Amino acid sequence: MKKLIYMDHAATTPLKKEVLDEMLPYMKDKFGNPSSIYSLGGQSKNAVEIAREKVANAINAKPREIFFTGGGSEADNWAIKGVAYANRNRGNHIITSKIEHHAVLHTCEYLEKQGFDVTYLDVDEYGLIDLEQLERSITDKTILISIMFANNEIGTIQPIKEIGRIAKEKGVYFHTDAVQAIGHIKIDVDELNIDLLTMAAHKFYGPKGIGALYIRQGVKIDPLISGGGQERNRRAGTENVPGIVGMGKAIELAYENFEEKNRRLTYLRNRLIEKIFEKIDYVRLNGHPTQRLPGNVNVCFEFIEGESLLLSLDMAGIAGSSGSACTSGSLEPSHVLLAIGLPHEIAHGSLRLTLGDSNTEEEIDYVVEKLVGIVARLREMSPLYEKVKEVK
Amino acid sequence: MYSEKVMDHFLNPRNVGEIEDADGIGQVGNPRCGDIMKMYLKIENGVIVDAKFKTFGCGSAIASSSMATELIKGKTIEEAMEVTNKAVAEALDGLPPIKMHCSVLAEQAIKSALLDYSKKNNVYIKGLEDFDPTEDVH
Ligand SMILES: Cc1ncc(COP(=O)(O)O)c(C=O)c1O
Ligand code: FES
Repeated sequence: MKKLIYMDHAATTPLKKEVLDEMLPYMKDKFGNPSSIYSLGGQSKNAVEIAREKVANAINAKPREIFFTGGGSEADNWAIKGVAYANRNRGNHIITSKIEHHAVLHTCEYLEKQGFDVTYLDVDEYGLIDLEQLERSITDKTILISIMFANNEIGTIQPIKEIGRIAKEKGVYFHTDAVQAIGHIKIDVDELNIDLLTMAAHKFYGPKGIGALYIRQGVKIDPLISGGGQERNRRAGTENVPGIVGMGKAIELAYENFEEKNRRLTYLRNRLIEKIFEKIDYVRLNGHPTQRLPGNVNVCFEFIEGESLLLSLDMAGIAGSSGSACTSGSLEPSHVLLAIGLPHEIAHGSLRLTLGDSNTEEEIDYVVEKLVGIVARLREMSPLYEKVKEVK
Repeated sequence: MYSEKVMDHFLNPRNVGEIEDADGIGQVGNPRCGDIMKMYLKIENGVIVDAKFKTFGCGSAIASSSMATELIKGKTIEEAMEVTNKAVAEALDGLPPIKMHCSVLAEQAIKSALLDYSKKNNVYIKGLEDFDPTEDVH
């Protein structure tokens, strides 16, 4: 089989060699527990604190505001449940959006069962929330606004600065799930008035199972995981030292030569979108045309279904993903595609290709060439395409 | 995820297309995931001499349609009525549990096309009395 063309970087990314190299010693020789008194433990403790500094620097936070977690889902759960429980005396209302990751949505649904009220903001056809609806939704019971920085499916980037300003004016905490944004967008938590921010290392060429929650100093939040006194009594459990070291290195690398990488990725993304539209008809771009993640392409091909598209791409050595009902365990189309107003049958033909460091211009052209054939073949098989051909 | 047989029938589906002067045409939809399968039959003296399909659906739906047409070609109507979704799935060396409904769609498509034939030609087909092609297949 030929070389894999990996275009699913929003799902996860490969570990960078430089990152692995920094991690390896902490898996073997430098295995000490950071809480231990002897120098082997101290070595690990130092490594954790250096990584914390790197993560803090990347978002203009203080190291003491960074708390390592077991990934993005844990950080989302913690931010929302932790703030909800700690501020119950102030109110029971949370505002989020309909297109959040399930780590946020299912957490909010859980809290609803515990007596909290949750407002799920609509989004427009591009996936953007309405700032006026946000302002109108805030009541004196509102304790938290949780809106994702950038969407994992359609790549739409929310007006985070405006949301932060509104939250600050109204005295409501603002959490943002920045799992897809960190490493791909420059983020300054002070400038954007962010109180809590979720990140996950495996989306920026770091290891899996490690993430962090930024918690602005002074934010009232309960721990999610009780136990030992690690992470300044806020997140118990012996630290994942190799993971933390890897996350620190990965975030540092992500913001090195940032502008250049960003420009390259945006160019490749636009080329892929343009070529698809040039060569294939009955296509729709999902998400915002410009306010979108540099590596995100999400399109719907009418009259065909996403799983059969993914299988065909896989046979051509191309890895992508889809929001089609047939690819989900629940047989429901993606909630994000439904929220931007797509009917089921259009959501059916969705394809997400998310680009990263490894992708080249040649790969883009190869993928488009393959797509043309695959889409044509599947359309020939589709009973829905007949009618269109008749009209044509 | 899929057996080699499924992949083979997905990548090289047998009998894709339409039959211009079909004797029976059936279209069924999966109300759950939204897929559509259309089946065309050519029937002579109670024997299915040709079968073709078009499918808007997942890999397993396409493979099931392909296999279903293979299984009924050359068979009598009575024999075709015996082709269940299980038979289709087994002939494909199995389907993942979540994909079993795609083979149900294939069984429904055959029956729906036979029902169309029976109505057009006023022939009675045993077993179709209670068949409702719009029924939820889950
Ligand atoms: C936007 C968003 N939030 C949260 C998560 C969950 O992160 P993790 O898989 O690290 O728990 C993901 C990753 O799938 C994501 O894309
Ligand atoms: S037809 Fe939709 S899952 Fe198979």
